[in-house]
Amino acid sequence: MKDTGYDYSIVRGFAYSALLWLIVGLLIGLWIAFEMFNPSLNITPWLSFGRLRVVHTNGLGVGFGMSGIFATAYYMLQRLTRTPLPFPKLAKAHLYVFNLAIAAAAVSLMAGMNTTKEYAELEWPLDIGVVIMWVMFAINVFAILVKRQEKQMYISLWYLVAMTVTVAVLYIVNNLAIPVSLTKSYSLYAGANDANVEWWYGHNIVGFIFTVPVLAMFYYFLPKATGLPIYSHRLSIVSFWSLIFAYLWTGAHHLMLTPLPEWIQTVAIAFSIFLIAPSWGSVVNGYYTLQGNWDQMRSNYLTKFFIIGITFYGLQTLQGPLQGLRTLNAFFHYTDWVVGHVHMGTMGWVTMIISASFYYMIPKISGRDLYSIKLANIHFWLILIGQLTWTITMWIGGIQQGAMWKATNPDGSLMYNFLDGLTSLYPYYRMRFGAGIVYFIGILIFAWNVLQTARKQPETAEA
Amino acid sequence: MGIYSKPVVFAVVSALVILIGTVVTVFVPMFLPSTQPVSAFVKPYTAIEQEGRDIYMREGCNNCHTQTVRPLRTEVLRFGEYSKAEEFAWDRPFLWGSRRTGPDLNRVGGKYPDSWHYKHMQSPQSMFALSNMPPYGWLAANRLDTSISFKKTSTLGYGYTEEQVKQQIAEYKAKVTAPEYDSRETRDLVTPAGLRGELTEMDAIVAYMQKLGRDVKSMEARQ
Repeated sequence: MKDTGYDYSIVRGFAYSALLWLIVGLLIGLWIAFEMFNPSLNITPWLSFGRLRVVHTNGLGVGFGMSGIFATAYYMLQRLTRTPLPFPKLAKAHLYVFNLAIAAAAVSLMAGMNTTKEYAELEWPLDIGVVIMWVMFAINVFAILVKRQEKQMYISLWYLVAMTVTVAVLYIVNNLAIPVSLTKSYSLYAGANDANVEWWYGHNIVGFIFTVPVLAMFYYFLPKATGLPIYSHRLSIVSFWSLIFAYLWTGAHHLMLTPLPEWIQTVAIAFSIFLIAPSWGSVVNGYYTLQGNWDQMRSNYLTKFFIIGITFYGLQTLQGPLQGLRTLNAFFHYTDWVVGHVHMGTMGWVTMIISASFYYMIPKISGRDLYSIKLANIHFWLILIGQLTWTITMWIGGIQQGAMWKATNPDGSLMYNFLDGLTSLYPYYRMRFGAGIVYFIGILIFAWNVLQTARKQPETAEA
Repeated sequence: MGIYSKPVVFAVVSALVILIGTVVTVFVPMFLPSTQPVSAFVKPYTAIEQEGRDIYMREGCNNCHTQTVRPLRTEVLRFGEYSKAEEFAWDRPFLWGSRRTGPDLNRVGGKYPDSWHYKHMQSPQSMFALSNMPPYGWLAANRLDTSISFKKTSTLGYGYTEEQVKQQIAEYKAKVTAPEYDSRETRDLVTPAGLRGELTEMDAIVAYMQKLGRDVKSMEARQ
């Protein structure tokens, strides 16, 4: 292997960060899941649901998701360009700035510094920190691409470039605000405009963090783990361009039946339906890659993760556009159905793919085999069962709540008051908490397995 | 194809591709009248209401409460008249929310007396035993910080002079501390003795609750 000169300490550093924030984020998730059926855990303002929910979403979305992306991106960039990282010190600084920013974000959100724009809750000084952090990453991305030894850029690199560019645009535009103090600012936009900007951001930040770079991992690590080339290069080209084109039109399906102008909503519905095609382009590409080698689902533990992961991506990208249809949206929006939808994507697709990528990558950079394939299999089944129980519970709860909100008596009056709808969900909330525990145990096994694999490495990078 | 071996060109083309939908559905609408209609009936928040709104944001109330009533029959029955774009002309940021663990609040203003809110904020479970809302009684133990209220309202373009802001604060303080205030008894019950003569964060969030949807209701009453 021509490994000489590749910087893997940065990969290891971000991988450890990912594990740390994954465990922290899930613990907070369990805490707030408990608060949903027993408010006595709202012990102090810092631990109240309203503040902790955003620590959960930011901690996992940004803390875990982004560090998983950075870890795999620094690995894939070096391997796919056959070039060592141009600025390893900058990358090291990136690692420290990132973890400091996440820690500061968690503390500031618990202290109530919250702009309330979903997935963009950080106040302006931290926003500036995030932008600096992103530039530090982007410099290495573009420098390595310019210096690369491999002429053609592989599919995964396209997705990483698209992420680098788009996240910058989204983050800056949506977070424009006028400060009134160090810890408080007001959005530059008002009312319906602000909503439109926010959900253009909210939808696409999910797209360009939970889809685009995760597809980069999928396209790189699936062939690596299975030893099979991607089925169709042409299909991946068509899928890539149509995905990044169509994604940006669809944010307003989060604002169905609100005072946002109706044409923006309708355009969003149309593009959401269109988006099924490129999403399934990747799903089909993954399935066909396995053509004739489906026995790997039994013989290769990594294949399971990738194929079940992409299956959840496929389900996610069917469910999403359907929820965007006006009639279905009228029923499902604001219920727990949507909460179930999001968690199928994050707990099913994103975490499965990041887990499998780590299982492939960490042994490679540590120069030894995975600590335990048996534990990896247990991890797989626990997170699969945990996630399915979690999401199916929320879908049932969502249908029930939607139906109760809509139910009327023969005389046209409402059949249930609001509290009836809420309290009928408590059994589901308890079940969800249990499913979360199962999932969490699976993740602890994952973390243990990765740490044991990397343990004896002399230059351990601490996160 | 050449583009896959030219990273900078590739990045520029990607940026253009993602900007098409962005420009059409986000940037252009910013300048259309349909996303920013105004109504003479919809008044900006007073300094106190704005402070209450900021506390609402600080506590992340938007994680459980929406502020937009959809034009659906059962929803209008449950919450009131559906929401119109002009109602939100002063809202920076918007607080429409995305999940209804608790009920929509866009029409809550005037629905209950202040005393209801004081009591409910202090202990939601005392009024609805099975409610899962966190208790917010501690807001009454925090003196309201109005030191940058004027800076806030002027940044938000509400058009108040510094004198008007001071007057709004003084008037609201006089209102809730007056012996004849209709919710005086409950307010005193939830407010620590030392702060009964002051404005607290609880007072501000109650003022904000009572503002929500009030302009629309008074417009309807006039018609």
